[in-house]
Amino acid sequence: MTGQATDRTTVPRRSGRPNRLTRNLSAKIASIPMMLTAVVIFLGGTLWTVLYSFTSSKLLPRLRFVGLDQYERLWAAPRWLVSIENLAIYGIFSLIFSMVIGFVLAALMDQKIRFENTFRTVFLYPFALSFIVTGLVWQWLLNPEHGIQSVVRAMGWAGFSFDPLYDSGIVIYGILIAALWQGTGLVMCLMLAGLRGIDEDIWKAARVDGIPMWKTYLFVVIPMMRPVFVTTLVIIASGIVRVYDLVVAQTSGGPGIASEVPAKYVYDYMFQAQNLGQGFAASTMMLITVAIIIVPWAYLEFGGGRKRV
Amino acid sequence: MKFRSAIAALAATVALPVAASHATDLEVTHWWTSGGEAAAVAELAKAFDATGNKWVDGAIAGAGGTARPIMVSRITGGDPMGATQFNHGRQAEELVQEGLMRDLTDVAERGKWKEIIRPASLLDSCTIDGKIYCAPVNIHSWQWLWLSNAAFEKAGVAVPKNWDEFVAAAPALEQAGIVPLAVGGQPWQASNAFDVLMLALAGKDTFLQVFQERNAEVAAGPEMAKVFKAADDARRMSKGTNVQDWNQATNMVITGKAGGQIMGDWAQGEFQLAGLKAGEDYSCLPGLGVTEVIATGGDAFYFPLLEDEEKSKAQEALAETLVDPKVQVAFNLKKGSVPVRGDVDLAAANDCMKKGLDILAKGNVVPWTDQLLSADSQKQKEDLFSEFFANPSMTAEDTQKRFVEIIAAAD
Repeated sequence: MTGQATDRTTVPRRSGRPNRLTRNLSAKIASIPMMLTAVVIFLGGTLWTVLYSFTSSKLLPRLRFVGLDQYERLWAAPRWLVSIENLAIYGIFSLIFSMVIGFVLAALMDQKIRFENTFRTVFLYPFALSFIVTGLVWQWLLNPEHGIQSVVRAMGWAGFSFDPLYDSGIVIYGILIAALWQGTGLVMCLMLAGLRGIDEDIWKAARVDGIPMWKTYLFVVIPMMRPVFVTTLVIIASGIVRVYDLVVAQTSGGPGIASEVPAKYVYDYMFQAQNLGQGFAASTMMLITVAIIIVPWAYLEFGGGRKRV
Repeated sequence: MKFRSAIAALAATVALPVAASHATDLEVTHWWTSGGEAAAVAELAKAFDATGNKWVDGAIAGAGGTARPIMVSRITGGDPMGATQFNHGRQAEELVQEGLMRDLTDVAERGKWKEIIRPASLLDSCTIDGKIYCAPVNIHSWQWLWLSNAAFEKAGVAVPKNWDEFVAAAPALEQAGIVPLAVGGQPWQASNAFDVLMLALAGKDTFLQVFQERNAEVAAGPEMAKVFKAADDARRMSKGTNVQDWNQATNMVITGKAGGQIMGDWAQGEFQLAGLKAGEDYSCLPGLGVTEVIATGGDAFYFPLLEDEEKSKAQEALAETLVDPKVQVAFNLKKGSVPVRGDVDLAAANDCMKKGLDILAKGNVVPWTDQLLSADSQKQKEDLFSEFFANPSMTAEDTQKRFVEIIAAAD
């Protein structure tokens, strides 16, 4: 590194700028496999999927183009519309609640409480379980005959009724409960790390100025934690779009089709219905949804980046 | 069960170097993993091993919906097994068209399958462009209403003899705190229960008009409207089932928590396992007691095209073994299904099985929806009927309209 640095200062520039290709050559060689993977598998696979979503492929991919037929069928399918609606409800609520609950828990943990390690472990522990296990546990807890409802009834409230998984209208909230239980611990840890990164002097200054604690959190600390919030947002959002295993374990889409999600539609139509074209069309729609959210955000976040740094 | 098959697979790999010198290993994949099913598979394995080859068990746990994608991707991905189970019909159609499956016409002609396999529609389902591609092993029929005698006794009504009596008895059952009709939450259960109602109440001609000819007019007609009304009854009677798997629903009938269940003859294995006796503890009504016609769905083995000559020969041996009369009896008694050939002796069959054999002997059979519709149309039907059964606000008329659309677009 020092050699390079002296090079730049002593030798006058020969050709505009230093050769970018040969800088850090070994690092570039090392990253070739990953770059190939990204281009061939991710990008290539995506383009392939989009291309075949315009075909009538059944069990095997075949290039028989049918125009937009698959998309027309997709958007006419009640199950797909229910899936989209569920994803929207699940997404919005899981985003809001996991952020709010995660932050509040982290703020409480940050009050120099006793047994912080124990609490942190307790809250983070559900994250160590897979979605399948989480789904099964909550399927049992929410089962009216074995779970919460029967326990409360046994305690004397005979009229108590709580069976979200068997009510088409609210089943998606039953899934949301399980997802929050599993995911907020991680959000709390990320937030806690962010809070610990805030300089102690800020707090002292706020105290000197007599600003109440909640105001300090809201107007000083949270804006300073912007990078942590962005990271958390990306992690939660990607979890929302691909939600699949939780639904399979908890309700397998039921009752009826009331808790279906897009990822499950894709899988079921690709493999169970042996209709690849339909599955590809659905996954392309998922990609577009993600792109609509990600692209403007990425533009704002990274496009104007140079000015800030 | 998964564990046991894993051990079996492990043992097979250990035995492989020893066995390879004189026998050919053939991996066979299937989704028969419940107690009775595994016992039935063991019969096949025993018979195949006796031909001097070696059966390598490739059981995949978790019913056909889980297993089929794995099997298909192994065949298309260039890692084919020696033989694999499918429900015969259209599940393997495209694999055959792509030339990935082996033509068994020679074996079939040598074994005179055309003459011995009954009903003929079974072999038709294995035939594509005049060539035979699969060996049927059993007949499973869906058209059964299983009734708990104890539940009706408790409700104080006679055990019904047909669907209408059953519907009439429903209020009495409900008053006794019994769910009249158990329908599990898995989508295929609702969809197939509807197909059974349709065949029983609208009759064979309408059934074939709709599913074979894909006649949208008949599907929209008054005959079908009656079926949808009956489905509406069934939906009301199934309220409060709250279980997912079919065997849990069957268990409700066994324990008398439910009055009855529309389910295929594999449910009988559960009744037997619970120690109940046909006619005394439970009753069965083929064709819902209305139209005594049964469908001939079932299982068959398909053989992927292999380059290894030794293995190809072993495939032939397996195909011959599967339709062998002795193997057919041993396998089907354990499985609870009916053999694919009429010339075998089934003295050990129970009352319900005998009813099925009778109907079969009279030739009152139709091909089942797995044979008539593509997996795609079947899945759309499943989506429709699982929604219908779970959502009381969905009217029978709207459902019929959507059903007509599926039939009109079916392939």
